[in-house]
Amino acid sequence: MSVQAAPPLEERQKPPRRRKKSAALYEVVLPLIATACLFLLWEGACRAFAIPGYLLPAPSDIWIDTMAIGSTVAGHTAATFKTVMLGFVVSILISLPLAVILTASPAIAAAVYPFLVWTQSIPKVALAPILVVLLGTNELPRIVITVLVAFFPLVISIATGLLSVPPELIELSRACRASKLSELLRIRLPYAIPFIFAGLKVAISLAVVGAVVAEFVNADAGLGFLIQTSTAFFKVPVAFGALIILSVMGVVLFQIVVVAERVFFPWSSSNTTPGA
Amino acid sequence: MISINRVTRIFNSRDGDQVTALQDVSLEIGRNEFITLVGPSGCGKSTLLRIVAGLILPTAGRASIGGEEITEPRAETGIVFQAPTLLPWASVLDNVLFPLRMMHRIDSTSTDKAMALLKLVGLTGFEGKSPRELSGGMQQRVAICRALVHDPDILLMDEPFGALDALTREEMTMELLRIWSERPKTVLFVTHSITEAVVLADRVVVMSPRPGRIAEIIEIGLPRPRSFETEATPEFHEASQRIRQLIFGTRHVGPGRAAA
Repeated sequence: MSVQAAPPLEERQKPPRRRKKSAALYEVVLPLIATACLFLLWEGACRAFAIPGYLLPAPSDIWIDTMAIGSTVAGHTAATFKTVMLGFVVSILISLPLAVILTASPAIAAAVYPFLVWTQSIPKVALAPILVVLLGTNELPRIVITVLVAFFPLVISIATGLLSVPPELIELSRACRASKLSELLRIRLPYAIPFIFAGLKVAISLAVVGAVVAEFVNADAGLGFLIQTSTAFFKVPVAFGALIILSVMGVVLFQIVVVAERVFFPWSSSNTTPGA
Repeated sequence: MISINRVTRIFNSRDGDQVTALQDVSLEIGRNEFITLVGPSGCGKSTLLRIVAGLILPTAGRASIGGEEITEPRAETGIVFQAPTLLPWASVLDNVLFPLRMMHRIDSTSTDKAMALLKLVGLTGFEGKSPRELSGGMQQRVAICRALVHDPDILLMDEPFGALDALTREEMTMELLRIWSERPKTVLFVTHSITEAVVLADRVVVMSPRPGRIAEIIEIGLPRPRSFETEATPEFHEASQRIRQLIFGTRHVGPGRAAA
Protein backbone atom coordinates (compact mmCIF):
# COMPACT_ATOMS: atom_id res chain seq x y z
CA MET A 1 0.00 0.00 0.00
CA SER A 2 3.01 2.27 -0.12
CA VAL A 3 2.56 5.35 -2.23
CA GLN A 4 5.98 4.95 -3.76
CA ALA A 5 5.24 1.58 -5.34
CA ALA A 6 5.31 1.72 -9.11
CA PRO A 7 1.85 1.85 -10.70
CA PRO A 8 2.09 -1.43 -12.60
CA LEU A 9 2.99 -3.21 -9.38
CA GLU A 10 -0.06 -1.91 -7.57
CA GLU A 11 -2.27 -2.68 -10.50
CA ARG A 12 -1.07 -6.23 -10.44
CA GLN A 13 -1.63 -6.69 -6.74
CA LYS A 14 -5.14 -5.37 -6.54
CA PRO A 15 -7.19 -7.65 -8.79
CA PRO A 16 -6.10 -10.91 -7.09
CA ARG A 17 -7.11 -9.48 -3.71
CA ARG A 18 -10.54 -8.59 -4.97
CA ARG A 19 -10.76 -11.98 -6.62
CA LYS A 20 -9.80 -13.72 -3.39
CA LYS A 21 -12.74 -12.19 -1.58
CA SER A 22 -15.28 -13.24 -4.18
CA ALA A 23 -13.52 -16.58 -4.53
CA ALA A 24 -14.03 -17.20 -0.79
CA LEU A 25 -17.72 -16.37 -1.22
CA TYR A 26 -18.12 -18.68 -4.19
CA GLU A 27 -15.96 -21.52 -2.99
CA VAL A 28 -16.93 -21.72 0.68
CA VAL A 29 -20.03 -19.78 1.65
CA LEU A 30 -22.34 -20.65 -1.24
CA PRO A 31 -21.64 -24.42 -1.22
CA LEU A 32 -22.17 -24.46 2.58
CA ILE A 33 -25.51 -22.69 2.26
CA ALA A 34 -26.57 -25.03 -0.55
CA THR A 35 -25.59 -28.09 1.49
CA ALA A 36 -27.46 -26.80 4.55
CA CYS A 37 -30.58 -26.23 2.43
CA LEU A 38 -30.33 -29.73 1.01
CA PHE A 39 -30.15 -31.27 4.48
CA LEU A 40 -33.11 -29.16 5.66
CA LEU A 41 -35.12 -30.28 2.63
CA TRP A 42 -34.16 -33.89 3.33
CA GLU A 43 -35.15 -33.61 7.00
CA GLY A 44 -38.43 -31.90 6.09
CA ALA A 45 -39.31 -34.49 3.45
CA CYS A 46 -38.60 -37.40 5.80
CA ARG A 47 -40.92 -35.92 8.43
CA ALA A 48 -43.65 -34.67 6.09
CA PHE A 49 -44.01 -37.94 4.19
CA ALA A 50 -43.14 -40.16 7.18
CA ILE A 51 -40.51 -42.07 5.16
CA PRO A 52 -39.50 -45.20 7.10
CA GLY A 53 -36.02 -44.95 8.64
CA TYR A 54 -34.77 -48.18 7.00
CA LEU A 55 -35.44 -46.69 3.54
CA LEU A 56 -34.24 -43.16 3.98
CA PRO A 57 -33.32 -42.04 7.49
CA ALA A 58 -33.66 -38.35 8.35
CA PRO A 59 -30.41 -36.41 8.90
CA SER A 60 -31.26 -36.03 12.57
CA ASP A 61 -31.62 -39.82 12.98
CA ILE A 62 -28.32 -40.35 11.14
CA TRP A 63 -26.64 -37.89 13.48
CA ILE A 64 -28.13 -39.42 16.67
CA ASP A 65 -27.45 -43.05 15.72
CA THR A 66 -23.94 -42.36 14.47
CA MET A 67 -23.01 -40.27 17.50
CA ALA A 68 -24.35 -43.00 19.80
CA ILE A 69 -21.39 -45.17 18.72
CA GLY A 70 -19.12 -42.15 18.14
CA SER A 71 -15.85 -43.63 19.35
CA THR A 72 -16.36 -46.80 17.29
CA VAL A 73 -17.10 -44.72 14.20
CA ALA A 74 -13.99 -42.64 14.86
CA GLY A 75 -11.92 -45.83 14.98
CA HIS A 76 -13.39 -46.99 11.65
CA THR A 77 -12.74 -43.57 10.14
CA ALA A 78 -9.11 -43.68 11.28
CA ALA A 79 -8.69 -47.16 9.77
CA THR A 80 -10.07 -46.06 6.39
CA PHE A 81 -8.02 -42.84 6.48
CA LYS A 82 -4.87 -44.89 7.07
CA THR A 83 -5.61 -47.15 4.10
CA VAL A 84 -6.41 -44.17 1.86
CA MET A 85 -3.24 -42.29 2.80
CA LEU A 86 -0.94 -45.32 2.55
CA GLY A 87 -2.50 -46.22 -0.80
CA PHE A 88 -2.14 -42.64 -2.02
CA VAL A 89 1.51 -42.33 -0.95
CA VAL A 90 2.42 -45.71 -2.46
CA SER A 91 0.62 -44.69 -5.68
CA ILE A 92 2.81 -41.58 -5.90
CA LEU A 93 5.97 -43.56 -5.13
CA ILE A 94 5.11 -46.03 -7.91
CA SER A 95 3.73 -43.57 -10.48
CA LEU A 96 6.56 -41.04 -10.46
CA PRO A 97 9.44 -43.39 -11.39
CA LEU A 98 7.12 -45.36 -13.69
CA ALA A 99 6.18 -42.20 -15.62
CA VAL A 100 9.86 -41.19 -15.85
CA ILE A 101 10.79 -44.62 -17.23
CA LEU A 102 7.83 -44.64 -19.65
CA THR A 103 8.79 -41.26 -21.09
CA ALA A 104 12.54 -41.92 -21.14
CA SER A 105 12.48 -44.71 -23.68
CA PRO A 106 9.93 -45.58 -26.38
CA ALA A 107 11.05 -49.22 -26.18
CA ILE A 108 10.29 -49.47 -22.46
CA ALA A 109 7.02 -47.62 -22.98
CA ALA A 110 5.96 -50.12 -25.65
CA ALA A 111 6.85 -53.02 -23.36
CA VAL A 112 5.28 -51.73 -20.14
CA TYR A 113 2.23 -49.90 -21.43
CA PRO A 114 0.13 -53.01 -22.25
CA PHE A 115 0.63 -54.23 -18.66
CA LEU A 116 -0.55 -50.90 -17.31
CA VAL A 117 -3.69 -51.01 -19.42
CA TRP A 118 -4.17 -54.62 -18.39
CA THR A 119 -4.08 -53.74 -14.68
CA GLN A 120 -6.78 -51.18 -15.41
CA SER A 121 -9.01 -53.56 -17.31
CA ILE A 122 -9.22 -56.00 -14.38
CA PRO A 123 -12.32 -55.29 -12.28
CA LYS A 124 -10.84 -54.43 -8.88
CA VAL A 125 -13.90 -55.71 -7.02
CA ALA A 126 -13.32 -59.12 -8.59
CA LEU A 127 -9.61 -59.01 -7.89
CA ALA A 128 -10.00 -58.07 -4.22
CA PRO A 129 -11.00 -61.52 -2.83
CA ILE A 130 -8.22 -63.19 -4.84
CA LEU A 131 -5.66 -60.75 -3.42
CA VAL A 132 -6.85 -61.55 0.09
CA VAL A 133 -6.12 -65.23 -0.56
CA LEU A 134 -2.73 -64.31 -2.00
CA LEU A 135 -1.63 -61.73 0.54
CA GLY A 136 -3.54 -62.60 3.70
CA THR A 137 -6.13 -60.74 5.72
CA ASN A 138 -4.05 -57.76 6.74
CA GLU A 139 -3.49 -54.17 5.62
CA LEU A 140 -1.38 -55.21 2.60
CA PRO A 141 -4.15 -56.37 0.20
CA ARG A 142 -6.18 -53.25 1.07
CA ILE A 143 -3.26 -51.02 0.12
CA VAL A 144 -2.59 -53.03 -3.04
CA ILE A 145 -6.21 -52.63 -4.14
CA THR A 146 -6.22 -48.91 -3.30
CA VAL A 147 -3.04 -48.45 -5.34
CA LEU A 148 -4.41 -50.46 -8.25
CA VAL A 149 -7.48 -48.22 -8.33
CA ALA A 150 -5.60 -44.94 -7.87
CA PHE A 151 -2.22 -45.10 -9.62
CA PHE A 152 -3.12 -45.32 -13.31
CA PRO A 153 -4.44 -41.79 -13.94
CA LEU A 154 -1.47 -40.49 -11.95
CA VAL A 155 1.04 -42.29 -14.19
CA ILE A 156 -0.70 -41.05 -17.32
CA SER A 157 -0.85 -37.43 -16.19
CA ILE A 158 2.76 -37.37 -14.96
CA ALA A 159 3.93 -38.91 -18.24
CA THR A 160 1.88 -36.39 -20.22
CA GLY A 161 3.43 -33.59 -18.15
CA LEU A 162 6.98 -34.84 -18.67
CA LEU A 163 6.36 -34.82 -22.42
CA SER A 164 4.72 -31.39 -22.44
CA VAL A 165 8.04 -29.52 -22.28
CA PRO A 166 8.55 -27.25 -25.32
CA PRO A 167 11.13 -28.87 -27.64
CA GLU A 168 13.17 -25.64 -27.60
CA LEU A 169 13.85 -26.05 -23.88
CA ILE A 170 15.13 -29.55 -24.48
CA GLU A 171 17.35 -28.17 -27.24
CA LEU A 172 18.53 -25.46 -24.86
CA SER A 173 19.33 -28.10 -22.29
CA ARG A 174 21.27 -30.09 -24.89
CA ALA A 175 23.03 -26.93 -26.04
CA CYS A 176 24.10 -26.40 -22.41
CA ARG A 177 25.41 -29.96 -22.52
CA ALA A 178 23.32 -30.79 -19.47
CA SER A 179 22.90 -34.39 -18.39
CA LYS A 180 19.60 -36.25 -18.81
CA LEU A 181 19.22 -36.18 -15.02
CA SER A 182 19.45 -32.41 -14.71
CA GLU A 183 17.18 -32.07 -17.74
CA LEU A 184 14.67 -34.20 -15.81
CA LEU A 185 15.07 -32.39 -12.49
CA ARG A 186 15.44 -28.83 -13.74
CA ILE A 187 13.11 -28.82 -16.77
CA ARG A 188 10.84 -31.83 -17.20
CA LEU A 189 9.65 -32.36 -13.63
CA PRO A 190 8.90 -28.67 -12.87
CA TYR A 191 7.10 -28.44 -16.19
CA ALA A 192 5.01 -31.46 -15.24
CA ILE A 193 3.86 -29.96 -11.91
CA PRO A 194 0.43 -28.78 -13.16
CA PHE A 195 -0.13 -32.20 -14.75
CA ILE A 196 1.09 -34.00 -11.64
CA PHE A 197 -1.41 -32.11 -9.51
CA ALA A 198 -4.23 -32.83 -11.95
CA GLY A 199 -3.31 -36.50 -11.53
CA LEU A 200 -3.06 -36.21 -7.74
CA LYS A 201 -6.58 -34.77 -7.57
CA VAL A 202 -7.96 -37.76 -9.46
CA ALA A 203 -5.79 -40.20 -7.50
CA ILE A 204 -6.84 -38.98 -4.03
CA SER A 205 -10.52 -39.33 -4.98
CA LEU A 206 -9.92 -42.80 -6.39
CA ALA A 207 -7.89 -43.80 -3.32
CA VAL A 208 -11.01 -43.34 -1.17
CA VAL A 209 -13.00 -45.53 -3.59
CA GLY A 210 -10.24 -48.14 -3.61
CA ALA A 211 -9.99 -48.26 0.17
CA VAL A 212 -13.74 -48.86 0.55
CA VAL A 213 -13.75 -51.56 -2.14
CA ALA A 214 -10.92 -53.27 -0.26
CA GLU A 215 -12.76 -53.00 3.05
CA PHE A 216 -15.88 -54.59 1.57
CA VAL A 217 -14.03 -57.87 0.95
CA ASN A 218 -11.39 -57.88 3.62
CA ALA A 219 -11.53 -55.88 6.80
CA ASP A 220 -12.50 -55.94 10.43
CA ALA A 221 -12.40 -52.16 10.59
CA GLY A 222 -12.98 -49.17 8.36
CA LEU A 223 -15.99 -47.27 7.06
CA GLY A 224 -16.57 -49.75 4.23
CA PHE A 225 -16.68 -52.51 6.81
CA LEU A 226 -19.03 -50.40 8.97
CA ILE A 227 -21.44 -49.89 6.06
CA GLN A 228 -21.51 -53.63 5.36
CA THR A 229 -22.10 -54.70 8.95
CA SER A 230 -24.64 -51.98 9.76
CA THR A 231 -26.77 -52.66 6.67
CA ALA A 232 -26.64 -56.36 7.50
CA PHE A 233 -28.30 -55.50 10.81
CA PHE A 234 -30.63 -52.90 9.24
CA LYS A 235 -28.85 -50.07 11.08
CA VAL A 236 -29.38 -47.91 8.02
CA PRO A 237 -28.78 -44.55 9.76
CA VAL A 238 -25.27 -45.67 10.79
CA ALA A 239 -24.55 -46.78 7.19
CA PHE A 240 -25.65 -43.36 5.98
CA GLY A 241 -23.45 -41.74 8.64
CA ALA A 242 -20.45 -43.71 7.41
CA LEU A 243 -21.29 -42.73 3.83
CA ILE A 244 -21.40 -39.04 4.74
CA ILE A 245 -18.07 -39.28 6.60
CA LEU A 246 -16.56 -40.98 3.54
CA SER A 247 -17.73 -38.25 1.20
CA VAL A 248 -16.49 -35.53 3.58
CA MET A 249 -13.13 -37.31 3.76
CA GLY A 250 -12.97 -37.39 -0.04
CA VAL A 251 -13.79 -33.70 -0.38
CA VAL A 252 -11.37 -32.62 2.37
CA LEU A 253 -8.47 -34.67 0.98
CA PHE A 254 -9.18 -33.32 -2.52
CA GLN A 255 -9.16 -29.75 -1.20
CA ILE A 256 -5.89 -30.36 0.64
CA VAL A 257 -4.30 -31.29 -2.70
CA VAL A 258 -5.78 -28.16 -4.31
CA VAL A 259 -4.49 -25.93 -1.50
CA ALA A 260 -1.06 -27.61 -1.51
CA GLU A 261 -0.72 -26.78 -5.21
CA ARG A 262 -1.73 -23.17 -4.63
CA VAL A 263 0.63 -22.72 -1.70
CA PHE A 264 3.72 -24.50 -3.00
CA PHE A 265 3.34 -23.94 -6.76
CA PRO A 266 1.35 -20.71 -7.21
CA TRP A 267 2.52 -20.36 -10.82
CA SER A 268 1.08 -23.79 -11.58
CA SER A 269 -2.44 -23.44 -10.22
CA SER A 270 -3.00 -19.98 -11.69
CA ASN A 271 -1.74 -21.21 -15.04
CA THR A 272 -3.86 -24.28 -15.50
CA THR A 273 -7.05 -24.04 -13.50
CA PRO A 274 -8.69 -20.73 -14.30
CA GLY A 275 -11.99 -22.03 -12.97
CA ALA A 276 -10.71 -23.15 -9.57
CA MET B 1 35.15 -18.47 -37.78
CA ILE B 2 32.27 -20.71 -38.89
CA SER B 3 32.93 -22.85 -41.90
CA ILE B 4 30.22 -24.85 -43.60
CA ASN B 5 31.65 -27.01 -46.32
CA ARG B 6 29.36 -28.83 -48.77
CA VAL B 7 26.91 -29.80 -46.05
CA THR B 8 23.96 -32.03 -46.92
CA ARG B 9 21.34 -33.12 -44.44
CA ILE B 10 18.70 -35.75 -45.17
CA PHE B 11 15.84 -36.53 -42.79
CA ASN B 12 13.86 -39.75 -42.77
CA SER B 13 10.23 -38.78 -42.62
CA ARG B 14 7.70 -40.92 -40.77
CA ASP B 15 6.33 -42.63 -43.86
CA GLY B 16 9.82 -43.77 -44.78
CA ASP B 17 10.52 -41.12 -47.42
CA GLN B 18 13.77 -39.25 -47.40
CA VAL B 19 13.60 -35.49 -47.29
CA THR B 20 16.63 -33.48 -48.26
CA ALA B 21 16.57 -30.47 -45.97
CA LEU B 22 19.94 -29.12 -47.09
CA GLN B 23 21.90 -29.92 -50.21
CA ASP B 24 25.51 -29.09 -50.78
CA VAL B 25 25.55 -25.90 -48.74
CA SER B 26 28.82 -24.05 -48.31
CA LEU B 27 29.24 -20.84 -46.31
CA GLU B 28 32.14 -19.10 -44.61
CA ILE B 29 31.32 -16.73 -41.75
CA GLY B 30 33.91 -14.37 -40.34
CA ARG B 31 34.35 -13.37 -36.70
CA ASN B 32 31.75 -10.87 -35.47
CA GLU B 33 29.99 -10.98 -38.80
CA PHE B 34 26.19 -10.60 -38.82
CA ILE B 35 24.68 -13.13 -41.22
CA THR B 36 20.96 -13.44 -41.86
CA LEU B 37 19.41 -16.49 -43.47
CA VAL B 38 16.25 -15.72 -45.38
CA GLY B 39 14.01 -17.92 -47.47
CA PRO B 40 10.60 -19.52 -47.67
CA SER B 41 9.47 -22.27 -45.29
CA GLY B 42 11.20 -25.58 -45.86
CA CYS B 43 14.42 -24.16 -47.28
CA GLY B 44 16.50 -25.61 -44.45
CA LYS B 45 17.32 -22.36 -42.63
CA SER B 46 16.58 -23.81 -39.21
CA THR B 47 18.35 -27.05 -40.10
CA LEU B 48 21.50 -25.11 -40.99
CA LEU B 49 21.23 -23.21 -37.70
CA ARG B 50 20.88 -26.44 -35.74
CA ILE B 51 23.87 -27.95 -37.51
CA VAL B 52 25.97 -24.96 -36.43
CA ALA B 53 24.52 -25.36 -32.92
CA GLY B 54 25.64 -29.00 -32.90
CA LEU B 55 22.10 -30.14 -32.19
CA ILE B 56 21.96 -32.15 -35.41
CA LEU B 57 24.80 -33.54 -37.51
CA PRO B 58 25.21 -33.22 -41.27
CA THR B 59 24.56 -36.32 -43.38
CA ALA B 60 27.45 -35.35 -45.62
CA GLY B 61 29.98 -32.54 -45.64
CA ARG B 62 31.63 -30.78 -42.75
CA ALA B 63 30.70 -27.94 -40.44
CA SER B 64 33.37 -26.48 -38.23
CA ILE B 65 33.94 -23.61 -35.86
CA GLY B 66 37.46 -22.22 -35.63
CA GLY B 67 38.72 -25.22 -37.59
CA GLU B 68 37.17 -27.70 -35.17
CA GLU B 69 34.44 -29.96 -36.52
CA ILE B 70 31.03 -29.54 -34.86
CA THR B 71 30.01 -32.91 -33.46
CA GLU B 72 28.10 -31.83 -30.35
CA PRO B 73 26.70 -28.63 -28.81
CA ARG B 74 29.43 -26.22 -27.91
CA ALA B 75 29.53 -24.24 -24.68
CA GLU B 76 30.44 -20.94 -26.33
CA THR B 77 27.31 -20.75 -28.48
CA GLY B 78 24.10 -18.99 -27.45
CA ILE B 79 20.69 -19.78 -28.95
CA VAL B 80 17.47 -17.75 -29.15
CA PHE B 81 14.33 -19.47 -30.43
CA GLN B 82 11.14 -18.12 -31.96
CA ALA B 83 9.23 -18.67 -28.73
CA PRO B 84 10.87 -17.21 -25.60
CA THR B 85 10.32 -20.57 -23.81
CA LEU B 86 11.13 -19.14 -20.41
CA LEU B 87 10.66 -21.31 -17.35
CA PRO B 88 7.26 -20.28 -15.91
CA TRP B 89 8.24 -21.11 -12.31
CA ALA B 90 11.48 -19.12 -12.27
CA SER B 91 11.98 -15.37 -11.94
CA VAL B 92 13.41 -13.30 -14.79
CA LEU B 93 16.83 -13.36 -13.13
CA ASP B 94 16.76 -17.13 -12.62
CA ASN B 95 15.71 -17.57 -16.23
CA VAL B 96 18.74 -15.59 -17.38
CA LEU B 97 21.00 -17.61 -15.07
CA PHE B 98 19.49 -20.90 -16.22
CA PRO B 99 22.17 -21.89 -18.80
CA LEU B 100 24.93 -21.24 -16.25
CA ARG B 101 23.10 -23.49 -13.78
CA MET B 102 22.73 -26.22 -16.38
CA MET B 103 26.44 -25.93 -17.24
CA HIS B 104 27.46 -25.81 -13.56
CA ARG B 105 29.23 -22.55 -14.27
CA ILE B 106 27.40 -20.41 -11.76
CA ASP B 107 29.60 -18.38 -9.41
CA SER B 108 29.60 -15.16 -7.41
CA THR B 109 29.88 -12.95 -10.49
CA SER B 110 26.97 -14.61 -12.33
CA THR B 111 24.24 -12.46 -10.83
CA ASP B 112 26.13 -9.26 -11.70
CA LYS B 113 26.57 -10.48 -15.27
CA ALA B 114 22.88 -11.26 -15.56
CA MET B 115 21.89 -7.89 -14.10
CA ALA B 116 24.20 -6.10 -16.55
CA LEU B 117 22.55 -7.93 -19.44
CA LEU B 118 19.07 -7.09 -18.18
CA LYS B 119 20.19 -3.47 -18.01
CA LEU B 120 21.48 -3.74 -21.59
CA VAL B 121 18.03 -4.81 -22.84
CA GLY B 122 16.22 -2.26 -20.66
CA LEU B 123 14.75 -4.67 -18.12
CA THR B 124 16.32 -3.27 -14.96
CA GLY B 125 13.81 -3.63 -12.13
CA PHE B 126 12.13 -6.65 -13.69
CA GLU B 127 14.60 -9.25 -12.40
CA GLY B 128 12.26 -10.47 -9.65
CA LYS B 129 9.17 -10.69 -11.87
CA SER B 130 7.74 -13.91 -13.17
CA PRO B 131 7.79 -14.39 -16.98
CA ARG B 132 4.01 -14.28 -17.31
CA GLU B 133 4.00 -10.76 -15.93
CA LEU B 134 5.99 -9.64 -18.99
CA SER B 135 4.83 -8.82 -22.51
CA GLY B 136 5.94 -10.94 -25.47
CA GLY B 137 8.68 -8.49 -26.43
CA MET B 138 10.00 -8.34 -22.87
CA GLN B 139 10.00 -12.13 -22.65
CA GLN B 140 12.04 -12.33 -25.83
CA ARG B 141 14.50 -9.79 -24.37
CA VAL B 142 14.92 -12.10 -21.38
CA ALA B 143 15.52 -14.98 -23.81
CA ILE B 144 18.24 -12.90 -25.49
CA CYS B 145 19.86 -12.25 -22.09
CA ARG B 146 19.66 -15.98 -21.42
CA ALA B 147 21.51 -16.67 -24.66
CA LEU B 148 24.22 -14.12 -23.82
CA VAL B 149 24.76 -14.88 -20.12
CA HIS B 150 27.65 -17.30 -20.63
CA ASP B 151 29.27 -14.74 -22.94
CA PRO B 152 29.26 -16.88 -26.09
CA ASP B 153 31.22 -15.80 -29.17
CA ILE B 154 28.50 -17.13 -31.49
CA LEU B 155 24.83 -16.21 -31.24
CA LEU B 156 22.30 -18.30 -33.16
CA MET B 157 18.83 -16.82 -33.57
CA ASP B 158 15.98 -18.83 -35.06
CA GLU B 159 13.28 -16.33 -36.10
CA PRO B 160 13.56 -14.67 -32.68
CA PHE B 161 11.06 -11.93 -33.48
CA GLY B 162 8.71 -14.09 -35.54
CA ALA B 163 6.11 -14.37 -32.79
CA LEU B 164 6.05 -10.64 -31.98
CA ASP B 165 3.67 -8.01 -33.31
CA ALA B 166 4.93 -5.83 -36.15
CA LEU B 167 5.70 -2.75 -34.03
CA THR B 168 7.52 -4.65 -31.28
CA ARG B 169 9.36 -6.49 -34.01
CA GLU B 170 10.78 -3.30 -35.53
CA GLU B 171 11.74 -2.03 -32.11
CA MET B 172 13.48 -5.30 -31.24
CA THR B 173 15.39 -5.28 -34.54
CA MET B 174 16.98 -1.93 -33.67
CA GLU B 175 17.49 -3.13 -30.11
CA LEU B 176 19.39 -6.15 -31.37
CA LEU B 177 21.63 -3.95 -33.54
CA ARG B 178 22.44 -1.84 -30.48
CA ILE B 179 23.18 -4.93 -28.35
CA TRP B 180 25.35 -6.34 -31.12
CA SER B 181 27.32 -3.09 -31.43
CA GLU B 182 27.93 -3.08 -27.66
CA ARG B 183 28.77 -6.78 -27.51
CA PRO B 184 30.05 -7.84 -30.93
CA LYS B 185 29.48 -11.51 -31.70
CA THR B 186 29.25 -13.73 -34.71
CA VAL B 187 25.52 -13.85 -35.36
CA LEU B 188 23.57 -16.28 -37.50
CA PHE B 189 20.01 -15.00 -37.72
CA VAL B 190 17.16 -16.91 -39.39
CA THR B 191 14.16 -14.88 -40.53
CA HIS B 192 11.18 -14.80 -42.86
CA SER B 193 11.29 -11.03 -43.07
CA ILE B 194 13.24 -9.50 -45.93
CA THR B 195 13.31 -6.10 -44.25
CA GLU B 196 14.70 -7.60 -41.08
CA ALA B 197 17.27 -9.60 -43.04
CA VAL B 198 18.61 -6.55 -44.88
CA VAL B 199 18.61 -4.06 -42.03
CA LEU B 200 20.50 -6.38 -39.69
CA ALA B 201 23.00 -8.13 -41.89
CA ASP B 202 26.50 -7.74 -43.20
CA ARG B 203 25.56 -10.47 -45.66
CA VAL B 204 22.17 -11.95 -46.43
CA VAL B 205 22.14 -15.61 -47.35
CA VAL B 206 19.09 -16.24 -49.54
CA MET B 207 17.99 -19.86 -49.55
CA SER B 208 15.63 -21.73 -51.80
CA PRO B 209 13.59 -24.79 -50.91
CA ARG B 210 13.24 -28.43 -51.96
CA PRO B 211 16.04 -29.22 -51.56
CA GLY B 212 17.32 -26.44 -49.34
CA ARG B 213 20.31 -24.73 -50.86
CA ILE B 214 21.90 -21.31 -51.06
CA ALA B 215 20.46 -19.28 -53.94
CA GLU B 216 22.71 -16.28 -53.50
CA ILE B 217 24.70 -14.42 -50.89
CA ILE B 218 24.14 -10.68 -50.94
CA GLU B 219 26.59 -8.20 -49.42
CA ILE B 220 24.81 -5.38 -47.64
CA GLY B 221 27.05 -2.34 -47.81
CA LEU B 222 24.75 -0.08 -45.80
CA PRO B 223 26.72 2.00 -43.30
CA ARG B 224 26.45 1.32 -39.61
CA PRO B 225 25.03 2.27 -37.19
CA ARG B 226 21.77 1.65 -38.97
CA SER B 227 18.39 3.02 -37.98
CA PHE B 228 14.84 3.21 -39.24
CA GLU B 229 16.04 5.76 -41.81
CA THR B 230 18.25 3.09 -43.35
CA GLU B 231 15.12 1.51 -44.75
CA ALA B 232 14.48 4.61 -46.86
CA THR B 233 17.76 4.43 -48.78
CA PRO B 234 17.98 3.23 -52.39
CA GLU B 235 20.61 0.62 -51.44
CA PHE B 236 18.16 -0.90 -48.99
CA HIS B 237 15.45 -1.14 -51.64
CA GLU B 238 17.81 -2.56 -54.18
CA ALA B 239 18.89 -5.35 -51.84
CA SER B 240 15.31 -6.08 -50.75
CA GLN B 241 14.18 -6.21 -54.37
CA ARG B 242 16.97 -8.59 -55.32
CA ILE B 243 16.03 -10.93 -52.44
CA ARG B 244 12.37 -10.81 -53.40
CA GLN B 245 13.27 -11.78 -56.96
CA LEU B 246 15.40 -14.67 -55.75
CA ILE B 247 12.67 -15.97 -53.48
CA PHE B 248 9.61 -15.48 -55.66
CA GLY B 249 11.40 -15.92 -58.98
CA THR B 250 9.22 -15.23 -61.97
CA ARG B 251 6.03 -16.33 -60.23
CA HIS B 252 5.06 -12.89 -59.04
CA VAL B 253 6.77 -10.85 -61.70
CA GLY B 254 4.83 -9.36 -64.60
CA PRO B 255 4.44 -11.26 -67.90
CA GLY B 256 6.99 -9.11 -69.71
CA ARG B 257 9.80 -10.06 -67.36
CA ALA B 258 8.81 -13.68 -67.02
CA ALA B 259 9.96 -14.24 -70.57
CA ALA B 260 13.38 -12.77 -69.91
